[in-house]
Amino acid sequence: MATLTIRDALNQALREEIIRDDNVFVMGEEVAEYDGAYKVTRGLWKEFGDKRIIDTPITELGFAAVGVGAAMAGLRPVIEFMTWNFSVLASDQIINHAAKMFYMSGGQFKVPVVFRGPNGSAFQVSSQHSHSLEAMYANFPGLKVVQPSTAADAKGLLKSSIRDDNPVIFMEQERMYGLKGEVPDGDDFTIPLGVADIKREGTDCTIVARSMTVPIALQAAEKMQAEFDVSVEVVDPRTIKPLDIETIVNSVKKTNRLVIAEESHSFASVGAEIAYQIMDGAFDHLDAPIKRISTVEAPMPYAKNLETLALPDVDKIVAAVKEVCYL
Amino acid sequence: MAKTAINRKPVTAAKNGSKTAKPSEKNGNEEFAVVELAKAEYKQRLKSQLESIKKTDKRLLREMLYQMVLGRRFEEKCAEVYRMGKIGGFCHLYIGQEAIAVGSMMALEPTDMVITSYRDHVQAMVKGMSPESVLAELYGKATGCVKGKGGSMHMFSKDLGFYGGHGIVGGQIGVGTGMAYAAKYKGTGQVTLCFFGEAAVNQGIFHESLNMAQLWKLPIVFICENNQYGMGTSQDRAMSTRNIARKADAFEMANEFVDGMDVMAVRDASIRAIERARKKNMPTLLEVRAYRYMGHSMSDPGNYRTREEIAKYQERDPIALFKQSLNDAKVLSEKDFTKLEKDAMDAVESAVKFAEESPLPLESELMTDVYA
Repeated sequence: MATLTIRDALNQALREEIIRDDNVFVMGEEVAEYDGAYKVTRGLWKEFGDKRIIDTPITELGFAAVGVGAAMAGLRPVIEFMTWNFSVLASDQIINHAAKMFYMSGGQFKVPVVFRGPNGSAFQVSSQHSHSLEAMYANFPGLKVVQPSTAADAKGLLKSSIRDDNPVIFMEQERMYGLKGEVPDGDDFTIPLGVADIKREGTDCTIVARSMTVPIALQAAEKMQAEFDVSVEVVDPRTIKPLDIETIVNSVKKTNRLVIAEESHSFASVGAEIAYQIMDGAFDHLDAPIKRISTVEAPMPYAKNLETLALPDVDKIVAAVKEVCYL
Repeated sequence: MAKTAINRKPVTAAKNGSKTAKPSEKNGNEEFAVVELAKAEYKQRLKSQLESIKKTDKRLLREMLYQMVLGRRFEEKCAEVYRMGKIGGFCHLYIGQEAIAVGSMMALEPTDMVITSYRDHVQAMVKGMSPESVLAELYGKATGCVKGKGGSMHMFSKDLGFYGGHGIVGGQIGVGTGMAYAAKYKGTGQVTLCFFGEAAVNQGIFHESLNMAQLWKLPIVFICENNQYGMGTSQDRAMSTRNIARKADAFEMANEFVDGMDVMAVRDASIRAIERARKKNMPTLLEVRAYRYMGHSMSDPGNYRTREEIAKYQERDPIALFKQSLNDAKVLSEKDFTKLEKDAMDAVESAVKFAEESPLPLESELMTDVYA
């Protein structure tokens, strides 16, 4: 086991897959000579050169389309968006082309492309650089959606995403690139898509968290244990689509209480979907209504105090856990 | 077959309140203001077509005419069965534009790749897909080329290198650029032909794709099928210039304007562009101007243009023009034409029988092919 930042774990995954498969290449704005806007691709251009690591013009729709076409013609492109917020410019290619190609070609054309980059808020980057877009992309059959929260998950899931024959939306988090964690050795380490991970075992209440809210939920769990002797289980789905609802249902059957913590806005969110699926699969096991902590329904403000207020935090999650535990 | 009903006077730019000058005053291309082409010019065109025919293999010429006639008869049949309720959804016909698909695609190698818009039936067949598999798809049958999952706008054949009909205006320009990127990356020597209508040129993806294709030196031929109307909006009402070919100048990309009513002119220009792609890894933009005889789709009443305008183009119909040249060049006789027409009709009738008799997709197909 090596201790790596999420940034370096992603870098390792890219490097290993580029070596493993000649058809893998990385394309995006500033990924090559500049070493990546967030340094995820650091050193790769120097090592692999212009063929495998390609700087693009600022042309999101265009290079997303190149990814789709190249994938149809047999390559495995990894397309980086500097932030998922910019993917909205490219969403026609992701939604209308990548997601639907296999189905509307009657199963003839696979689109094994990975679109990746940071999703959600960063550090006071304001309205147009802070949106969490996973719910939007999760709404399209044909796409897989991945949101890792640890270095090991980031590496193992990215490698699986690159090897997957479907278009994968791989969402990182800028605030988390520097987080360190242990990563298993060996370039054959992968984590399958669609398998949730229980980040902390508990018996009294389940928190379903993903991406940025996982470390926050773990802190909230510690606080609940220390201050209220409540044992909290934290489940990280890791993959939004396909969603491992079974693991979440089993957790709720054990704890009988559920809090969902997510960075996205609440309306029509992934959390809303999970709440529905729990109602469908574990209604009789719930001892309290499900609570959800999300970002407020406003564009992200710049001012630090307002940004903090908008986002989920430990205290908000603790309050929600207390509420479902009737404390 | 009934012609599209046209009742109203033409809506000209001037009557619409626009101060825009007439097309011929705006820029170049006066020589190809096709609608105003005089009889004398028409004769000139016949002469140049004849010259090109003399340099081309006779069997290929016969096959080119056959594909054009097959495409025409196929689309006429589509209109007929659409009106009978056999085909659902949208149905965009290619009548009048046959010279573009045939002239360009029949200059390709079989392994080359093609991608186009939703007006895709004829391109699919010229790439080698059977009329049966295309018509059965239009009927929404299990035997359709994509098992009844795509319909009129989404014909695909991976085996034949037909990367589909696509329903988002311009989307395929970017996808085609990616296909060419893959061909260069893998060093396969394949060329990509990427078709789109003139209205797609106003989309951002056109400009983004041309920039990347020239910047990265990709083996692709962008073929703008200028049928002069984006749905019901004429080019003059939607584009600040008539001159599409020369938009490529902005990217320092090779470009050519081609008369799309002349299949040999399309072929000759395509040969040049395909060679540039294959030998030099360099893209080309071809603007091929033709005319769509039918409405944008089967639901289009066509009240934005006159019968007279359509008739003017029909006077120099690409099939009639090519037939006459082949006759003049003594490549084909009347007897040959009769046989060729019969073969095309037989192929279409056989496709109808096949589509009619084919089963609907199984209900279990609903959820297959969502994920690979």
